[in-house]
Amino acid sequence: MSLLRYNPEFLNNLKEVSLPLAADVLPTLAAGELVSLNGVLYTGRDQTHRRLCALLDEGKELPVDLAGQLLYYVGPSPARPGRVIGAAGPTTSYRMDLYTPRLLELGLAATMGKGARSPETRAAMQKHGAIYLASIGGAGALLAKCIKKSELVAFGDAGPEAMFRFEVENFPAVVINDVQGRDYYAMVAEQKKSEG
Amino acid sequence: MMREINSDVIRQAVSELAIGAAHDLEPDILDALLAARDRETAPLAKNIIELLLTNADIASRERVPVCQDTGTCIVFVSLGQDVHVIGDLQAAIQEGVRIGYDEGFLRKSVCDPLTRKNTGTNTPAVVHFDIVAGDKIKISFLPKGCGSENMSALAMLPPSAGIEGMVRYVIERVVAAGSNPCPPVVVGVGVGGNFEKVALLAKKALLREVGQASERAEVAELEQRLLGEINRQGQGVHGLGGINTALAVHIETFPSHIASLPVAVNIQCHAHRHKEIIL
Ligand code: SF4
Repeated sequence: MSLLRYNPEFLNNLKEVSLPLAADVLPTLAAGELVSLNGVLYTGRDQTHRRLCALLDEGKELPVDLAGQLLYYVGPSPARPGRVIGAAGPTTSYRMDLYTPRLLELGLAATMGKGARSPETRAAMQKHGAIYLASIGGAGALLAKCIKKSELVAFGDAGPEAMFRFEVENFPAVVINDVQGRDYYAMVAEQKKSEG
Repeated sequence: MMREINSDVIRQAVSELAIGAAHDLEPDILDALLAARDRETAPLAKNIIELLLTNADIASRERVPVCQDTGTCIVFVSLGQDVHVIGDLQAAIQEGVRIGYDEGFLRKSVCDPLTRKNTGTNTPAVVHFDIVAGDKIKISFLPKGCGSENMSALAMLPPSAGIEGMVRYVIERVVAAGSNPCPPVVVGVGVGGNFEKVALLAKKALLREVGQASERAEVAELEQRLLGEINRQGQGVHGLGGINTALAVHIETFPSHIASLPVAVNIQCHAHRHKEIIL
């Protein structure tokens, strides 16, 4: 029995966006918009963030120039032989909030995970003209199909918490925070309130 | 007469449970998601539930975990008092987890709490033993990701808070969790007992088949009321709106001290992986 009935075309009708994000594309992405990402992004979660910031503290260079890039919060499961990657959906973003403003200062253009960001991160995003996207939490098997290449960049000893470089195709996400400072989660909550 | 079971059998069973749970969602959660999709009125939420079902389908057919966070392992063992395990039961369970996570290409997500160094094996699992009547062993395996586990909460409410205080607390916690635990969620609630008991009740509530009502009529009524109120808050699927923030609320109760009303909330994500076996 197929489980699928409703609108299987859904994923084919999202707004196509190339990575890294062009400076003139960023302001066109509005909170609530569904996008399909294509191109190169970098990954990192708790340990990668901790170590990136430790390098900055020591005045050392980072393993990659994050300016203009998208940082995806993910800790993939191991790839079976012959596969590009295991499951690779987003992890919860608030755990990175302590570190994100520093990376935004370096010109990081976008972050992607799931769940709301702190007021400090939101303010830093607005200051630096960055956006935040949420992908589909818990859809790691489906999202893995959108990852065409995965390469270790740094912190390999951190296992799933290492930093990788992904090439993605038609990777679905929702814009949560746009450069105007709007927050889609808050907009959903507001709308519910006004409906009563 | 003692029935003998070799610990090798238990090790093998646990490793199969680990691999099975990570890849194949059980009919109860799939049915709950299908019903939520059919009930959902917000188009985006409906589409996302559809994606979650597609994801479950891909995971099972292509042997990719449903979610990359294959969790820490919680193992509930109901050990019949007429069973004699030959060998080391605790070690067999841990070894089963280690083998399952290695051979199943599952993510190792367990680390030292202070140094944050990964143990590399996804062990130790958290194991709870119950000694029960009979000559069987029931093993319930519940790998749990941390997007949802981090949203857990516990309060020692005063008895004066009453049922209304308890209801308000649960709703407040689910709303505060927002989209972090990947809604639609299953909400496990413990009420009563004491500090450690109430947390265990909330976790055990998640072992119930999704949507199965409590045997106590007044508790079943509370479950329905909480489910309705949570879903009226409008956060919906992944915090993007709709009427399916929660798929079910399960409440487990236990008598408490006359001076106390402990309440615990343990949220489980839509990737509600659980398996059990009776040996
Ligand atoms: S909350 Fe559940 S579905 Fe979401 S990322 Fe964590 S384990 Fe996966």
